Amino acid sequence: MKTTLLLATLLLPLAATAAEQSFDFKDPKGVNTARFTLDAPLETITGNASGVSGTLTVDPAKPEATKGSIVIDAKTLSVENAMMKEHMHGKDWLDVANHPTITFAISGVEGVKQEGDTATATVKGKFSLKGVEREISVPAKVTLLKDKLGARSGGKMQGDLLVVRTEFTIKRSDYDVNPKAPTDKVADEIVINLAIAGACPK
Amino acid sequence: MRIFLRLLAMGLMLGAVIWWVRAGSHPGWTKNKVFVEKVDEFTEVSYLEEQDRFVPGVDFLAVAGALSLLLGGLSFLRRRQPKVTVG
Repeated sequence: MKTTLLLATLLLPLAATAAEQSFDFKDPKGVNTARFTLDAPLETITGNASGVSGTLTVDPAKPEATKGSIVIDAKTLSVENAMMKEHMHGKDWLDVANHPTITFAISGVEGVKQEGDTATATVKGKFSLKGVEREISVPAKVTLLKDKLGARSGGKMQGDLLVVRTEFTIKRSDYDVNPKAPTDKVADEIVINLAIAGACPK
Repeated sequence: MRIFLRLLAMGLMLGAVIWWVRAGSHPGWTKNKVFVEKVDEFTEVSYLEEQDRFVPGVDFLAVAGALSLLLGGLSFLRRRQPKVTVG
């Protein structure tokens, strides 16, 4: 009896983590991109970053326990005008030579509402940009696509896909992104839009 | 020479305007690449694909206008008359 209890105590944590899945967001198809927009007098500036990576560990039964981080390679940030891109990568704006990554590290998930394989929640985490780290909360919509990795990879791998969608706003002045640039020329608020898919091979 | 410069200035401005209109009359800055929105068929994630394409903007028109003015202005410069001595 004692042995059974001891075994049960030892195996309980293992059983609790058995349903956890780790999703890798480095997408070989290049679909994972981060988009940003900010207002300027002549036109709204739209940018794109293709270098998205990171890992999320999710337990569908306990979404509040989700942990992990999403990383954007700052050097992959691009806009449609070459000169504007050069300025954006420069010291005053993002200084990508000295701050090569933009990171969001999850510290907590709350307000989870689940409907089938889709859940919405408020995700809290540390957002790091140009060496400045701030705690922020962002709304997120997460969809689990069971056994869809096989179809997407052309049968090379089997497993699940996790799609994460979020849109949130930050202030560039909070992150030392050219705070001297007047807000009537370039808006202080940057809207970041992320729609990414992670894979969990079986 | 004057007529040639004026015709060149007009042709340059006209050509720039026609190029700008045919490229979609883009009211923003000149682009050397464009983002095309696509959707992944399995995940339904929409993403931007970068394509190399030149799209002239209003700055392109401004440069063409400045060059045209310069060429037109040159045509109004008077050639210094050689001194004629009589007697």
